[in-house]
Amino acid sequence: MFDQSLAATIFGRLSWESFPLHEPIILGTFIVVVLLGAAIVAAVFKFGLWGWLWREWFTSVDHKKIGIMYIILGIIMLLRGFADALMMRAQQAIAFAGNDGFLPAHHYDQVFSAHGTIMIFFVAIPLVVGLINYVMPLQIGARDVAFPFLNNFSFWMTVAGAVLVMISLFVGEFSTGGWLNYVPVTNLENSPGTGPDYYLWALQIAGVGTTLSAINMVVTIIKMRAPGMTMMKMPVFCWTALCSNVLAIAIFPVLTGAFALLMMDRYVGTNFFTNDLGGNPMLYWNLVWIWGHPEVYVLVLPAFGIYSEITSTFSGKRLFGYTSMVYATVVITILSYLVWLHHFFTMGSGASVNSFFGIATMVISIPTGAKIFNWLFTMYRGSIRFDLPMMWVVAFMLTFVVGGMTGVLLAVPPADFVLHNSLFLVAHFHNVIIGGVVFGLFAGIIYWFPKAFGFHLDPWWGKVGFWGWVIGYWVAWTPIYVVGLMGTTRRVRHFDDPSMQIWFVLAGIGALIILVGILGFVMSIVMGYVKRDQLRDTTGDPWDGRTLEWATSSPPPAYNFAFTPVVHDLDAWYDMKSRGHRRPEGGYLPIHMPRNTGAGLILSALATVLGFAMVWYMWWLAVLSFLGLVVVTIAHTFNYNRDYYIDAADVEREERSHDAALAAGA
Amino acid sequence: MVQQSFSSVRRLRTLATLPLLGLLAACNQAVLDPAGDVARQQRDIIYISTGLMLVIIVPVMILIVVFAWRYRKGKGGTYDPEFDHSTTLELVIWSAPLLIIIMLGALTWSSTHLLDPFRPLDRVGVGQEATAPAEAPLRVQVVALDWKWLFIYPEQGIATVNELVLPVNREVRFDITSSNMMNTFYAPTMAGMIYAMPGMQSTLHAVLDRPVVSEGFSANYSGAGFSDMRFRLHGVADARFQQWVRQVKQSGRVLDTSSYQRLAQPSERVPAMHFAGVNGDLFQRVVERCVEPGKPCMSELMRHGQSGGHTMTPRGETLPQSDDREGHLIDPSRKTGARPVPGTTVSQPGVISPEAEHDRDLGDTPEAGSRAPAKPKI
Repeated sequence: MFDQSLAATIFGRLSWESFPLHEPIILGTFIVVVLLGAAIVAAVFKFGLWGWLWREWFTSVDHKKIGIMYIILGIIMLLRGFADALMMRAQQAIAFAGNDGFLPAHHYDQVFSAHGTIMIFFVAIPLVVGLINYVMPLQIGARDVAFPFLNNFSFWMTVAGAVLVMISLFVGEFSTGGWLNYVPVTNLENSPGTGPDYYLWALQIAGVGTTLSAINMVVTIIKMRAPGMTMMKMPVFCWTALCSNVLAIAIFPVLTGAFALLMMDRYVGTNFFTNDLGGNPMLYWNLVWIWGHPEVYVLVLPAFGIYSEITSTFSGKRLFGYTSMVYATVVITILSYLVWLHHFFTMGSGASVNSFFGIATMVISIPTGAKIFNWLFTMYRGSIRFDLPMMWVVAFMLTFVVGGMTGVLLAVPPADFVLHNSLFLVAHFHNVIIGGVVFGLFAGIIYWFPKAFGFHLDPWWGKVGFWGWVIGYWVAWTPIYVVGLMGTTRRVRHFDDPSMQIWFVLAGIGALIILVGILGFVMSIVMGYVKRDQLRDTTGDPWDGRTLEWATSSPPPAYNFAFTPVVHDLDAWYDMKSRGHRRPEGGYLPIHMPRNTGAGLILSALATVLGFAMVWYMWWLAVLSFLGLVVVTIAHTFNYNRDYYIDAADVEREERSHDAALAAGA
Repeated sequence: MVQQSFSSVRRLRTLATLPLLGLLAACNQAVLDPAGDVARQQRDIIYISTGLMLVIIVPVMILIVVFAWRYRKGKGGTYDPEFDHSTTLELVIWSAPLLIIIMLGALTWSSTHLLDPFRPLDRVGVGQEATAPAEAPLRVQVVALDWKWLFIYPEQGIATVNELVLPVNREVRFDITSSNMMNTFYAPTMAGMIYAMPGMQSTLHAVLDRPVVSEGFSANYSGAGFSDMRFRLHGVADARFQQWVRQVKQSGRVLDTSSYQRLAQPSERVPAMHFAGVNGDLFQRVVERCVEPGKPCMSELMRHGQSGGHTMTPRGETLPQSDDREGHLIDPSRKTGARPVPGTTVSQPGVISPEAEHDRDLGDTPEAGSRAPAKPKI
């Protein structure tokens, strides 16, 4: 301690050199972010919104508001992740022959690592969790999730992870080890910098949120369904949410464990994944992929649920093959544990092991294929309304089957031996993640937006967003399939063969078209808000829906349903409507509700400080923030002021206003 | 109505094939234009699997468009809101993909075993049986360094960097490891890739069947210099190969421990280098991570761990002798089930002989079990 300077004791390894002042791209981004941030903060002050934000949103334990906040987080991080994508596309489009492009290796490697990390952990997961959070309790006729405070805490822990990743852009560096932070690149001797530490702490903290949220959702679905809603009368979206969250509970501890071992390698000098002294990098690859492959299904299963709901609603038909749809979902859930090794057939596990994992992977395509057929036959003899959500579904089906096909191709080990880690692979997983997950998320957001806000998204800009994404996807990724078949590897920074440049230029143009799609989507929100009076939904059921979330007003009251609905049929709301459902006219009772709390936000802020302190070796700050976490956690357990009642009179007033809106609309 | 949908189906089919044709015409490089028997078989598997899957994908895509068009609201198509189940249809939609997967699965099982990179080749080309056992495969030891490739020809006693010259029509056995990072050794025109991993040894059997000049590289990101971690691959006639070996032998430089350590330092865009001589045990010491003088090899550490762990050893059990250089746990031939190195014999009880007919049999479990070459050595 005595031979260290005071500055090193206080700031650890943080110094002026840690700030990338010499990198014009990062500096420019930093200035823009600071200006934007300052503008937003100034606006909040000017309109005196702090109290409103704190009371109505940040401390809220209402699943609907938390769901919306998750989706806002996902959209903000999508912009960051997509900026990374544009930089990679630009680099690969110009870096040919003698040209080195504009990104040096150290920067480029961080960009592709950050792109993958952000898109999966801070875009896809928040958007999926957000939609489940918003929709699932409404669909099962519940007041809220099982553990409302835990829900708020989970959200803020995810934010803490995202904040750490964003800090790494401006203070220090991000990991260069790819989106899974692969050893040996991220071993201490190969990456002594802060990059892998930022990655590890960001994801460990966000992982707490994801795991707890998954537990919360599973308990909610198991315990809080409305009377009469047996498991086989549950909407398919809830089934897929259940399977997705069961998967998440099973796999996230593995990832946490793998990251913890790597942290010990980096912080205390153990040798789990080192090259020497008995460490084994392969072990890390196995562990992260035991998490990584099921994670794909954690994301895509809820998207399948969204497609099911939308296809059924817009075809005006019951879902074809509900039972086989449920079984297909469960089968996919189980099989997804048995395929992780297909991510490294080429490590030499031997022919029998490779064949097993290859065939297990192909078997997943059977239930997935059955799902596609089920949507197909839901459309059959339907009366299909091609509103935006349904357009997304058709685009998904046409795009996704191609991704499924290339996926099965990659599952054939001898084919994988030539395509592993190629751009063909990269095109494949973007095909299934964009065509499967992202399309589904947009479909879901557009479908449920009027439920959440009481007005539709602007349809014209929504169509711009749709065509931008769909055309952009195909223009951007078809060339990548092609160069992959030519033998081009992923994560390459520059190329020698000038004949391939045209493909990368095409891919870059595709990325710009996707940018139009993203801006179109953002504009559909902005213009929807501007034109909200024309786009108003007063019925609570704008799409002629079939499930319970459409039985309440738009936006739903804090308590969701004045009386818990009783379910008799799979499409509960359709059933109620066809039996001449009438809204209750009196007899309202006080409703027991959970109270807001700031504990989640405070814990998350302390966790961010802890992560930052550990990344920079500021041990005193780490100890303080950790103690702070413990103290706030214990103090929160003594907070007995956790619930309140909504008066019967308030409930009645709320319900009367919805009645009035319905009468005015009719 | 039916006629109309048929014509639209035809139109769609024509439309669907156009981009495919364009795609195929565009692909004339590396993966789809192999110069080796292994790569050619791998390419054929891509074609066969894609074809099998298109049998189901194309009709599905057509049906999606047809149903979406025909049953759109206001078109007057049959509307049956209660149609949600049909046992016949359910049978079809589960069994059609199942049938395709059964066929693909069979293809996968057999081709994965046949094209296992650890397995000696059956043939060097279509209709050409494997070279007679007398003519052993050419051996090349591959070390992935940061960020270049070192090739050691142990039988010729030479080494090169970023240049791989191979005689055509002769089976080559690559033994592959890495000094630090995880890379994959990949020459797309020759054969599929296999990981080069620190502290581990993997194997690839391949052959070039026509003279070729192409490129190989690492297909796994391994740090800053990864993009330029490329080598030239020359397939030449045997006489030309012998001439090249003589040429390399005249280059003068020798790859000993100290020059290897200098070479192993991270460097980028390294031009091709030739070494006229090389330490015979260099590759083994790279695998065992003990090139550095004085650093114990992994097998020694393992023995140390065993003999030091008295409490773990059952009383009275004999420990391996410390001067036993080829401890049974690291015997590469046992680990890989690979063809024994010429001049050595594998005669321990329980060790299989990969030359034997039953070991070439696909269903033979002992062989399959023994193919676990990339297992950690500790």
